[in-house]
Amino acid sequence: MTRHDKAFVRDAIVPERAPPVTESGVWKWMRENLFSSWFNAIVTALSIYVIYSVVTGFAPWFTNSVWQAGSLSQCREILDGARGACFAVITERWNQLMFGFYPRALYWRPTLTAALFLVAIAPILFTGLPRRMLWFSAVYPFLAYFLLWGGSIWIPVTAAAGFVFAALAFVILRRLLPLVAPVGAVLVALIWWLTLAAPVAEDLSWIAPVELQFVRSDRFGGFLLSLVLGLTAISISLPMGILLALGRQSDLLIVRMSCIVFIEFIRGVPLITLLFTASLLLNYFLPPGTSFDLILRVIIMVTFFAAAYIAEVVRGGLASLPRGQYEAADALGLTYWQAQRKIIMPQALKVSIPGIVNTFIGLFKDTTLVVFIGLLDPVGLSNSIRSDTAWTGIYWELFVFIGAFFFVFCFGISRYSMYLERKLTRGHN
Amino acid sequence: MYKYALFGMSALAAGTAGASAQTLDEVMARGELNCGVSTGLAGFSAPDADGDWQGFDVDFCRAIAAAVFGDADAVNYTPLSPERRFDPLGSGEIDVLSRNTTWTFTRDMDLGYRFVGTNYYDGQGFIVPTDLGVESALELDGATVCIQTGTTTELNLSDFFSANDMSYEPNPVETNAEAQEQYLAGSCDTYTTDRSGLAATRASFENPDDHMVLPETISKEPLGPVVRKGDEDWAGIVQWTLFALITAEELDVTSENVEEIAEEGSDVPEVERLVGRSGDFGELIGLENDWAVNAIAQVGNYGEIFDRHIGVDTPIGIERGLNAQYDNGGILYSPPFR
Repeated sequence: MTRHDKAFVRDAIVPERAPPVTESGVWKWMRENLFSSWFNAIVTALSIYVIYSVVTGFAPWFTNSVWQAGSLSQCREILDGARGACFAVITERWNQLMFGFYPRALYWRPTLTAALFLVAIAPILFTGLPRRMLWFSAVYPFLAYFLLWGGSIWIPVTAAAGFVFAALAFVILRRLLPLVAPVGAVLVALIWWLTLAAPVAEDLSWIAPVELQFVRSDRFGGFLLSLVLGLTAISISLPMGILLALGRQSDLLIVRMSCIVFIEFIRGVPLITLLFTASLLLNYFLPPGTSFDLILRVIIMVTFFAAAYIAEVVRGGLASLPRGQYEAADALGLTYWQAQRKIIMPQALKVSIPGIVNTFIGLFKDTTLVVFIGLLDPVGLSNSIRSDTAWTGIYWELFVFIGAFFFVFCFGISRYSMYLERKLTRGHN
Repeated sequence: MYKYALFGMSALAAGTAGASAQTLDEVMARGELNCGVSTGLAGFSAPDADGDWQGFDVDFCRAIAAAVFGDADAVNYTPLSPERRFDPLGSGEIDVLSRNTTWTFTRDMDLGYRFVGTNYYDGQGFIVPTDLGVESALELDGATVCIQTGTTTELNLSDFFSANDMSYEPNPVETNAEAQEQYLAGSCDTYTTDRSGLAATRASFENPDDHMVLPETISKEPLGPVVRKGDEDWAGIVQWTLFALITAEELDVTSENVEEIAEEGSDVPEVERLVGRSGDFGELIGLENDWAVNAIAQVGNYGEIFDRHIGVDTPIGIERGLNAQYDNGGILYSPPFR
């Protein structure tokens, strides 16, 4: 045992004491984060005041809200002078906001399509899932078309057959005439779609009539319409944008010029102009009496618009790759497409993720612009609902609901992109 | 080459003309009437909770379908925004436009469309809070006015103020709903639009009595159905369906008694002709002889349609006013069925 002769040396350990109240727990955190200087203290106090007034201002509106009533005036009777939201309009028009004018007995079809969408998109989003699920993802677009619009099953089947034939032609031609294989495959598909597909589909429907009740495009509305427009455009515009970006850097003059013209033209025109073109102008170029589906026209325009933006985002990603990456691919003897697939694109796309996601979120919200061409998306429906004499005068409730819906989707997309970025981080930058 | 091009053009022209001269055949073959309506205007056209379109303009579409097919439900509604209302008519997407559209010279003569009549006489008015203390639109000098942009109401407003040597501060808004919010929030002293719209707006307020529609009507807005130019037969069907509804009210033929009258006849010769018991008016316009009976039985006469959607017993509560029969103080005056 050690002996001390110095009086000030302690021989017992001082018992632990709680740290000073300002140096631990919530007080320390507040001191460091909220009141570290007089300026921060003032800002904190002001912010707390603003948040307090906003919350107390809005809280009664939400807590008093009425969910069951037949009309705005009934809501007002129930509220009896108090301030409160009349969300009864959402309760009554829930179906309409979701499905538009889709026949009520067939609501299971869009619902099933949405559920299957999750199954189809899962293997694309999360690489941990079995790769075999991708086969379902490939079939899904045709299945979705069949479920949503109905009609004979043979129309989507023959359309899908075009892709199968193209793939077959490609495999066969690659052995015989490797140079023309891609062109031949495209030709085969085009010939099939333009000449044979329609009569074959007709004959097959006659032989084996498998069909769902046909639902016309003008019955689509509400969030169903937003999602059909947004998701179709998103899933087509990404591959299209990548091809455009590659085309813009191509050494082939015609390919390069046409890509540049397409991108610059579409980017230089506001989306609303393209939508008006789709809804008004195209009709004059088509033979009288043909009504080329308005929703299809809009999907095409929105897709073009998004693809032009994606192309530029991807081009930015391509530009960020050092020259050495291309040269290394060439040195390894990889062909153009092999180099793109294994070396260039994985790096370029990783860099472009934030930009791509940004474009997608913008695109999804831009689908509400279709209200200006008379399509009844949720915003358009909110106007129609307000015109019902029972609900005239209702305003914020519908916007709050629509805003919440869009927020959930856009926030989800953004969280996924952050997950993807983290996952693809490879240590070096 | 030139020759081929010319041939192509003439073939196209012939095709267009052929298509437009046969609207009735097309409609018959399709089995459905394509009718353009407003995307939403209280009392005139709005979807109900089941997704069925309802309203004054919508009922006119139903009446035409009843006259043509004998089935008022055989209508396919195309909701149209103000900017997009005429083109679908020109391109053949819709057969008739029943979308509270003002009949004006240029629209009738310049655009390739035909107005076939007036089914609602409207006019632009002002709504003000009662505590503003204004009794007449002439006292609105210097007022801030909420006004929907891009409409004829904007032009009427500036005409009215300059004609009366007054000034105003415009507060442009995009939609009727937005105008209501702005007006209720006090961003403008008065809101101006068609009086039918003002009535609907006022009815939706929490305290309608705190607001009044000023007595002045500063413009003429005859609203009516529109068809494509160049197909007189189809224009006739739409026009005389409208007249049949008006005449039915004048002659006290209603949805309740029209079938009885058609069965048992009437002492009034014009009623006999209206219900197709004498004359062959249906055949003359290419329809069955009971066309008017179907329209009236399934949709009602003009007065019934008016009362059902916008009349004094509805929340909108519009008096008949100008839209009363000519023998009742209004200016509704159908040519005779003779």
